[in-house]
This record gives sequence, structure tokens and C-alpha cells, in this order.
Amino acid sequence: MLRAEQGDAVPPPRKARRPPEVFLTQRSDKMTLTTEHDVAEAVKHATGALRIKGGGTRDIGALVTGETLDVSGLRGISLYEPGALTLVAQAGTPVAEIEAALEAENQRLAFEPMDHRVLLGTDGTPTIGGVVAANVSGPRRIAVGACRDHMLGVRFVDGAGTIIKNGGRVMKNVTGYDLVKLLTGSYGTLGVLTEVSLKVLPRPETGATLVVHGLDVAAAVSAMSAALGSPFEVTGAAHADATYIRIEGFAASVSYRTKELSQLLTKFGEVEVLEGEAAGTLWDDLKNVTGLASLSGDIWRISVQPSAAPDMIAALPEGANVQLDWGGGLIWACVPEGSDIRPLPVAGHATLVRASEPTRRAVPVFEPQDQVLTTLTRGLRARFDPRGILNPGLMG
Amino acid sequence: MDMPAPSPAVLARKAQIVERLQGVLPATAVIHSESEVRAYECDALTAYKCPPLCAVLPSTTEEVAAALKICHDMGVPVVPRGSGTSLAGGALPTADCVILGTARLNAVIETNYEDRYIRVGSGRTNLSVTGAVEAMDFFYAPDPSSQLACAIAGNIAMNSGGAHCLKYGVTTNNLLGVKMVLMDGTVTEIGGAHLDAAGLDLLGLICGSEGQLGVVTEATLRILRKPEGARPVLMAFNDNEVAGACVADIIKAGVLPVAIEFMDRLCIETTENYAQAGYPDSEALLIVEVEGSDAEIDEQLALILDIARRHDPVELREAKDADEAARIWLGRKSAFGAIGQISDYMCLDGTIPVSSLPMVLRRIGELSEEYGLKVGNVFHAGDGNMHPLICYDANKPGDLELCEAMGAEILKLCVDAGGCLTGEHGVGIEKRDLMTHQFAPQDLEAQMAVKDVFDPLWLLNPAKVFPLDHSEPRRIAAE
Ligand SMILES: Cc1cc2nc3c(=O)[nH]c(=O)nc-3n(C[C@H](O)[C@H](O)[C@H](O)COP(=O)(O)OP(=O)(O)OC[C@H]3O[C@@H](n4cnc5c(N)ncnc54)[C@H](O)[C@@H]3O)c2cc1C
Repeated sequence: MLRAEQGDAVPPPRKARRPPEVFLTQRSDKMTLTTEHDVAEAVKHATGALRIKGGGTRDIGALVTGETLDVSGLRGISLYEPGALTLVAQAGTPVAEIEAALEAENQRLAFEPMDHRVLLGTDGTPTIGGVVAANVSGPRRIAVGACRDHMLGVRFVDGAGTIIKNGGRVMKNVTGYDLVKLLTGSYGTLGVLTEVSLKVLPRPETGATLVVHGLDVAAAVSAMSAALGSPFEVTGAAHADATYIRIEGFAASVSYRTKELSQLLTKFGEVEVLEGEAAGTLWDDLKNVTGLASLSGDIWRISVQPSAAPDMIAALPEGANVQLDWGGGLIWACVPEGSDIRPLPVAGHATLVRASEPTRRAVPVFEPQDQVLTTLTRGLRARFDPRGILNPGLMG
Repeated sequence: MDMPAPSPAVLARKAQIVERLQGVLPATAVIHSESEVRAYECDALTAYKCPPLCAVLPSTTEEVAAALKICHDMGVPVVPRGSGTSLAGGALPTADCVILGTARLNAVIETNYEDRYIRVGSGRTNLSVTGAVEAMDFFYAPDPSSQLACAIAGNIAMNSGGAHCLKYGVTTNNLLGVKMVLMDGTVTEIGGAHLDAAGLDLLGLICGSEGQLGVVTEATLRILRKPEGARPVLMAFNDNEVAGACVADIIKAGVLPVAIEFMDRLCIETTENYAQAGYPDSEALLIVEVEGSDAEIDEQLALILDIARRHDPVELREAKDADEAARIWLGRKSAFGAIGQISDYMCLDGTIPVSSLPMVLRRIGELSEEYGLKVGNVFHAGDGNMHPLICYDANKPGDLELCEAMGAEILKLCVDAGGCLTGEHGVGIEKRDLMTHQFAPQDLEAQMAVKDVFDPLWLLNPAKVFPLDHSEPRRIAAE
């Protein structure tokens, strides 16, 4: 965690916020849904708004009132072919179960989805459907792409209860429109995901992290840009209490690139190298934004082009604390409760990831869009969910 | 291949349409004489031709918007066109359409090495995007074999791939933002120089929408620093199945090559006769390329060769220098040209799970016997994107139809094996009528509903992607 340059002293930590009650209501008389057919029936016969819930760990979005549609009963890996780098799972499958299966074959979800539980103070079991619905990625997004870039196929139930499939289980597929991308990151507002098909990647033999201390935001972004603009295949570039550059691969290659990058970065400051296990949970903590979790205040996630990060941060309200990822392109900011950081001073977009109920009612969680995109978005919602019952209003 | 009958009302108003377009575009940008419009009568699927009503070549987004608005108001269909290299008939005109060419929208608008992106006019060719950043040792990763000619506009519309997409992804993974004009002339921007555009992933939806949702006029693309070096190895096997197993083992071992290319006997022999690359006499050949510093390349290739040795190869050939590396690629790069020398051919691009490679290759061999048409296989093996080349004789009556029938069987085979109809070339008109084999009616309905939102009158490239009988009610209602 890092304080914004103009900021005050770090505010005292406070107890992690609990999600509002309405999100936890679980009707006991509700039948457990275990199949896609169950979900389709439940949606078809719904008489009002539905709040779609996987593991319930990613309580992001405007407040939704409605009956809970719990898909965590749709579980299991239906296909895993390590030689084809593909995995197909039911939407309610715990992420941990998928990661364990992959680890057994020395593979992984390369986009490194963050676990929101620490930051949001939620408990529960993160599901793969939740990862996809929120397009959750981590530090490696900068090198290998976001969750959406690893999505090969979806099956979902639209707002009329119709089961629809798109994409498939092969790595290259341009057959028809890419509804896979459209559904990824749609937070359940276009359909209830029932099955997702993912591209997975080999786990590298080893890794190393280069650390530069004492850089201000502008210098850190320059250092990260220099590293990312090098041929040395950086797979993480973050800035919190120090500036961190990660490389991964075969041992000899990692040691060669460590040497080259250290040289490249010396002009920014002394370079410390954490080899192999020495980095410990560092990247997990950066990914999960652990450093900001215990601070009181609202948490914003801001996407900008890296060189605009210093201006963006300078414009944050007094008392802001920030952490940078994606070479400066992703800013996590903890700001005093209730502050609206919009309109942003630079091109990009911001999401209010954590805030109190009143703030979430007053401040749009997702970046408001211009008239044309708003019309297109509404049009798509009206087509996929004509009755407006799927997480209504969640994305604004 | 059926196309909808042109609208007599539109044909009758050609003079007025041309006149109104001339009112918003420079004189040289409206092409309407019968001889000149012929230049736009087909794309690279040359078996199908139809001259358009006229063609326009706008130079700015504002001109695109003005032209589209006129067509919208007058009910004239528009077919966007990049460089016309589509192999699926994506840019094939109808007699009542206006071709909207992006060739003059080809400027480099901005380059930013610190944030690693470039913004270009969509008519810029793929290779010249890399050309614009090469001096700084950067490149644009998606590299379709047609990269010298094809435009970024077409790449976005088809979500094109290339030989190196195993490592770098296809167009959609390298596209950060677009400026786009909707059919009614509304200009909009999605995404930008930052990652992950806000809201629903409309950018992901536009990419691969085959010119049916809007006309892209500008694109912001991710650029990458060039690797220090790259080097291929060649491996020859006496069995397709063994080559397929070798591919799976390489991938499982944790090496991620930038390319794994496959050629079968017919392709090997034909390219040998044509380009004399010196390929070994064998059933199946793999070219695997890795990147990095010299030492990193050595390390990865040692691992890959180790794996290959366990599969009883006929030959393993390493490249000692740039010249030998070029010779390894020579045959692969001339494969399409070589087949073209001996025969007319149709290039399919169905994708399959890598594990069904042996079964699919065997079945293609059987189909080849049944139909009496030769098939060469050359493809991106790492991601299962096949390129069966079916040889036929365009001058022999009935041969094209026979070839298409066989092509349809191969594509259905790909779908049945767990794959799809097209991995990178797009549906266009070519695979339109096979869509029902991969998708249920409600799956197609969901896709057509997207077009309803972006183009309610179904005027943009309306006769593509969806089987005509599925799209007909919408096309008719819009008339
Ligand atoms: C020899 C050869 C090799 C090839 N190799 C590959 C390969 O390796 N990988 C691969 O993926 N493809 C390959 N292709 C296919 C083809 O080159 C690609 O599909 C390419 O992206 C088409 O680009 P284009 O500019 O020529 O588009 P066009 O053919 O002009 O149009 C293609 C589609 O894009 C739409 N379109 C064009 N401009 C716009 C716009 N501004 N806005 C919206 N839609 C628009 C058109 O309506 C059409 O549907 C190859 C083709 C040939 C002939």
C-alpha cells in the first residue's frame, strides 16, 4: 500500500465491511439448483427480479433487490485436456477446485483471478462463474490478457429462460458473433452463466521478482514501462510500498532476464532480486490488494493508460491511498468515504468496488457511458433479458 | 451459394443514390461506372462475383458517417471492405449495395511506446502497422499470412489470427479500442489506450462481427517489444498420429512455442517440387518456433527435441544460422502458392481439439478417396486450427460443387469432433449455411438479436454469417 503523494497520514484500519444484508438472504424454502435445466426453469418461472449468486464473494455493483438465484450447486469439471490447454467447468465450481486440478498437471489459470474476499470482507467460496461474470484478472493480465482473453466458450440462460451456447472448447473460433466476450464481465445482467470453457496455460518452472525502493509514482511508472517495453517478458509490474517487476519461465532463462532487467532498472535505483520462493505471498497480496483492505474508506479500481497514472492519482481526494498494477495502468485507490472521484481527469474508467450502501446508491458503481453506448447497452439488455429480471440495475 | 435478390427499388434509384453520395464525398471517392465498380466484385473467395451498385472511398470518419447516413435514409445495403482478402466472401457485394472501402483511412494517428499502443486508420494494412513501429524495435503481433495486403479493418471484422497467435493471441486479444460508425451515421468510440473498456465488452463483440454491426474507422492496437531472437526446428515423422501426439507432449511439457505448424505428405511433396526447401520425405512435418535470447532458445529447443526424439522421428533439423532458419520456413510459407500451382483449391479453416487431430486427419483422407479430390493439410497445430486445401478443377463442370460438398463434410466433421466451422477466416457466405450444424436456432437467434440492436434495419452486410432463411424475416421486415 502506498499513500497518494498529496495525501494525509494513513487512516486507522477498521473492521472489514460486511456486505449489506440483502445480499446474504438465502431463502431456505428454495430448491437447490444443480443443473442447467434447473436454472432455466427457475428463470422461466421467476415472477420478479433475480439476484444471481455464485459464491457470493464478489459483491460488486449497484444494489440489487430480488430473490436470490444460487448457482453454486452447478458444480464440477466436465472436461480437462492438459495437452489441448482446455478446461470446461460448471459455473458454480469453486475456483480452488479448478486450481487444484490444474496444479496436478502443472498448469494454471494464467490470468491470475484475484480473490475479492480480503478486500470486500466477504466470506464464501469463490466460483469460476463469478470470476467470469466479473471478468476478474490479476497482475499477469498485462502479459497474458484478462479473463475474457482466456474464455473459449459459455453456456448461459437468458432472461426468458432459454439456454444458449456460444464459442466452444477450441482455442481459435470465429464462428458467429463473440457472445463469449459479451457475457464475460456482464455481471449476470445478460444471462445466468451455467458452464464456462477456459484456456489454461503451463505453470512456469520458476520466477523472480525485481524490487526497486523509494520511487514516486511517476518514476515507478517510468521504471515499469521500461521493463514492459523490454524484450524480457515481464509478467507483473506493480507499485505499492516498492516497485515490483516479475519474470517467470525456465530457470536459466529467468536468471538471464533477471540480470538484463536489473541492469536496465539500475538507472531508477538500487535493484533487489527475490528469487524463486523468496517473494513468498507478495504477488498474491498485490493481486488481492491486501495492502488497502484494512483501511477505512471507499475502494476504487481505475483503468488508465500507464503514463496518465500520476495525473490521475494527483487528482484523487486528499487522504487517498493507492496501489498500482499493470505497469501503472490499473490504480487501486482507497479514498475517504463518499467521495466521488468522477469525472476522471484523464481518459479511462473507474469502478467503485467497495463502499457503504448509501454511497453505492449515490455514486454510480460503473463508469457512466455516453449516450450512444448507453443506448446500445440498453438495447442488448432488452434483447437478452426482456423482462429486466437479471440483476436489474447492477451495472447501472 | 444463394444471395438475396437485389431490391429493384434500390437499383432503380442508382442515379439519385450516387448523386447524394457525391454531395458529401470528393468526386474521386465515389466510383459508379460499370467498368470501375468491377474492381470490387469479389474478395479472395473468387468463385463468387457480383459488381456492386457503386463504391465509396471516404478519407475521414465524418465522410464515412455522412455516406452511411445517406444509405440508411435511402434504404441501401452497405458492404464494408478493407483490402478484399477475405477467404469467406465476407466482402462479396450484392448488386444493390454500396461498397464502403477503408483504403483511404490509412494514417498512423498516434504511437506511444511508453504505454505500448498505436492508433491507426482502419484501412492501414496489417504489415504497415508493424512497419510504423519497427524502427523502435516494436511490432504488432497478429500476423495473418495475408498481412502484406489485408487491412486492420478486415482483421477486426474477422478477428484474424496468424502463425504466431499460439503465444500472442489473435486480433481480439490485441485490440484496445475502436472508433466506429453505426449504420445510421452515429459515431462512437469504444475503449482506448487503457486496458479493458468500461461497461459491457462491446469491443469483444465488435471484433469478429464481420462488418455487420458498424464500420470501424480507427483502431487502437497493442504493440509489443520484439523478442531478442527466434529460431525454428523442423521435425519429420512417418505417421500423422505420432506428429499429433508430439504436439500435445510439447504443450504439456510447459514450453510455449510461438508457432507449431503442421504439413502432411501432399503439402510436403508439392512444396518440395515448387520451392525446393529440402524437406525430408515423410508423412508429417512439424515446424516449431521459439523465441528469446540465444541461450534461452537453445534451452527450449533442447527440451522440444528431447520430446520429439521419444516419438521416433524420421529427421530432426535445427537451424544453425538465419539462412537455415529461412529454409525451414520456406516450404511452409510457400505451401498455399505451391498447391495453387498444381490446382485450383478451396482453403477451409475449421478448428478441432488437438486430441482429435489423428481421427480428423484419417477421416479427411477417407473423404478425399470418396470424393476423388485431393486434399493437402497445412495448419496451425498448436491450437488445432486446420487448413485443409481441397484441390479441384474450376473449368470442370460440377467440380466446384463437389469440392464445396466435400468441404461441408469436413467442416461438419470438425464441429462433431468438438471444434468449430472457422478458426480465423470467418463465416461470410462460405459457411453461412453450415451454421445450423454448430448452433441451435436459439443460439443463432441470440446473435441476430445483437445485430437488431446495432443495425435495426439490417442494412450492413446483411446477407452474411446467418443462413439466409434464418435472417430473411429480419431482412424483409426492414425493407
Ligand atoms: C493468401 C491469404 C492468406 C490468408 N491468411 C490468413 C491467416 O493466416 N489468418 C487469417 O486469419 N486470415 C487469413 N486470410 C484471410 C484474410 O486475409 C483475413 O480475413 C483478413 O483479415 C481480411 O482483411 P481485408 O482487409 O482484406 O478484409 P476484407 O476482405 O475487405 O473484408 C473482410 C470482412 O471485413 C469486413 N470489413 C472490412 N472493413 C470493415 C470496416 N471498416 N468495418 C467493419 N467491417 C469491415 C467486410 O465487410 C468483410 O466482412 C488470408 C487470405 C489470403 C488471401
